[in-house]
Amino acid sequence: MTATHSHRETPFPHRHLLGIEGLHPHEILGLLDRAEEAVEVSRQVHKRKHVLEGRTQINLFFEASTRTQSSFELAGKRLGADVMNMAVSQSSVKKGETLIDTAATLNAMNPDLLVVRHHAAGAVQLLARKVSCSVVNAGDGPHEHPTQALLDALTIRRHKGKIARLTVAICGDIAHSRVARSNIILLNALGARVRVIAPSTLLPSGIGKMGVEVFQDMREGLKGADIVMMLRLQRERMNGAFIPSVREYYRYYGLDADKLAFARDDALVMHPGPMNRGVEIDPSVADGPQSLIREQVEMGVAVRMAVLEALAANLPNN
Amino acid sequence: MAPDTPKPLVLSNARVIDPARDLDAAGSVIIADGTILAAGPEAANQGTPYGAEVVDCKGAIACPGLIDFCVSVGEPGAEHRETLASASEAAAAGGVTTICTMPDSDPVIDDPALVDFIFRRARDTASVNVLPLAALTKGLEGTEMAEIGLLQEAGAVAFTNGHKSVKNAQVMRRIMTYARDFDALVIHHTEDPDLAGGVMNAGLNASWKGLSGVPREAEIIMLERDLRLVGMSRGKYHANLISTSDSADVIRAGKARGLDITAGVSINHLTHNENDIGAYRTFFKMSPPLRDEDDRQAMIAAVADGTIDIICSNHDPQDVETKRHPWAEAEDGAIGLETLLAAALRLYHSDQVKLITLLAAMTCRPADRLGLETGRLTKGAPADVTVFDPDRPWVLEKSAIRSRSKNSPFEDARFSGRVLRTVVAGRTVYTYV
Repeated sequence: MTATHSHRETPFPHRHLLGIEGLHPHEILGLLDRAEEAVEVSRQVHKRKHVLEGRTQINLFFEASTRTQSSFELAGKRLGADVMNMAVSQSSVKKGETLIDTAATLNAMNPDLLVVRHHAAGAVQLLARKVSCSVVNAGDGPHEHPTQALLDALTIRRHKGKIARLTVAICGDIAHSRVARSNIILLNALGARVRVIAPSTLLPSGIGKMGVEVFQDMREGLKGADIVMMLRLQRERMNGAFIPSVREYYRYYGLDADKLAFARDDALVMHPGPMNRGVEIDPSVADGPQSLIREQVEMGVAVRMAVLEALAANLPNN
Repeated sequence: MAPDTPKPLVLSNARVIDPARDLDAAGSVIIADGTILAAGPEAANQGTPYGAEVVDCKGAIACPGLIDFCVSVGEPGAEHRETLASASEAAAAGGVTTICTMPDSDPVIDDPALVDFIFRRARDTASVNVLPLAALTKGLEGTEMAEIGLLQEAGAVAFTNGHKSVKNAQVMRRIMTYARDFDALVIHHTEDPDLAGGVMNAGLNASWKGLSGVPREAEIIMLERDLRLVGMSRGKYHANLISTSDSADVIRAGKARGLDITAGVSINHLTHNENDIGAYRTFFKMSPPLRDEDDRQAMIAAVADGTIDIICSNHDPQDVETKRHPWAEAEDGAIGLETLLAAALRLYHSDQVKLITLLAAMTCRPADRLGLETGRLTKGAPADVTVFDPDRPWVLEKSAIRSRSKNSPFEDARFSGRVLRTVVAGRTVYTYV
């Protein structure tokens, strides 16, 4: 399937977007095609559509985020929604019952769209069962981050013209990454060959059965890769628990020009951000000609517009 | 390579034992350019290289130089106890041509620059090969994994937490998982520190002496835990110093499950038991503690049947400042480089272990575990050779001990079997006079 055949009119028969898992390939392509239009809208001087006119979107972030939250905020506003950001400090929320209480409170305000990020896997799914609006998962623990995978796919497709049969190497902390999980599912659904590259301590158990090829040697894993997707290494994992030190990690798993040379000459570099320059990626690569990292941010807004629009189409009284 | 290459050397009229080839036959060893040209019966009538020194071994045994898997040296940080120079002198006198140095010095060898320091000091001062073992965890604290990749690149041959166990199973699991990516060998001291909590082998003997006991289970439980973690991580693992019959059973079972594991034992646990402690003689205080006679016999049997792969000296120099204390306050540790071979020969003389098996546990087996070229007399191998007379009697006199520290449990002991000549890379570093 290629971009030339439009899936723009493919219906999106889901009330929520809780993950990539469970989406059909044509639904994914439909969202990507919608997002292409949103890119055009976003590049105009007048960036506003009115499909969410009168709708209320609440961004509920239990975990700090700058780019994802502002991206969802912009997306909602560009579609004409009333957007409210609720930053919920973690200390005031004690999981479980309190999460459901929060959901009930919000539900009473009759929002149409709820964008949720939470540090616990499954929290967004739990919340979705307790509210009557549409819920978008903006990241639940190390489980899924569907809009990130969609924006990554959009970015790749705009540059390579396709996803199928591309070799995509995802490098870094796979074990704790929702970005990796969503991407593995999406890329496999669209027929890409997915590799993961990481020290064994940063690989989840059973990785060999998750539809990927596993590499511990980064140079080996990058050979012939079309796309190199780097993941952020969380600070708390750097010093001795999962890897010995930043300098050792950078030596074996930091993407520098030398290692990138093992990938295809036209390989492109991606990173969901925020980057740790000098930890998982060298500044010269992060800001170099093969980097798509800035563009990913732009595609993020477009993809979120597409998702919000697709879900809004299914809202009652539409 | 040293600038002055030693002249060729022929060890003739020898009984050549090369355990790597299962060879035990009359013959010669021909050495040139620091490597073995030929060894065994096939070398007997080969003539001699031009300018060679020819040594008539008069029927003495020529075998690969011994590799000591576990040697503590005071350098850096406690040079008054032992330096690389004094340790290598002791090693040479004991027929040991390669020492693997423990990282529990001050500072701990947990940084690539320190591995480099050991290599430079060894090059400048040591007469035998020195191979540094690096720390498994930073500062040997048992909490954060050390830079296994960078340390290995610097030349560390394996990783160990010294004489301390990594107590936290999650930490150990992650280290083993990470080490596997680098094909790095993890060498572990298996003793649960909480359960150990004593100063000699637990039992009647300790009770009568009024000393707190180290139960055998402290070792067995840690070893069993480790092998489960090896099963999870599929890493390379060596239990450095086992001391109980149950530990040998655990190793046997682990090997039967196909785990990539080996086991070691210190020479002390093959030749002494807890009764040797006598009147609180602290030179017999060590970790793991000397066990009872049944365990000693089990260790010997485990060496004989190959369950235990490696015999080491667990050389640990301690001076009067650390040893001349009431038992419970004295440090663990005994020296053993000079007496490793002679003491091991006791098991041969008592018909308990075949000579070639004993030698394998101190030559090719440690070499194979570390991936070394030495430890064998095959053509092209480094010319590390030990010549010894297995029957010559001698007595270890304290004044003759070459180690800076004199804490030998073999003081005044009688041995049958004397090292006559030690050759490292074709250079004779010790001759018995």
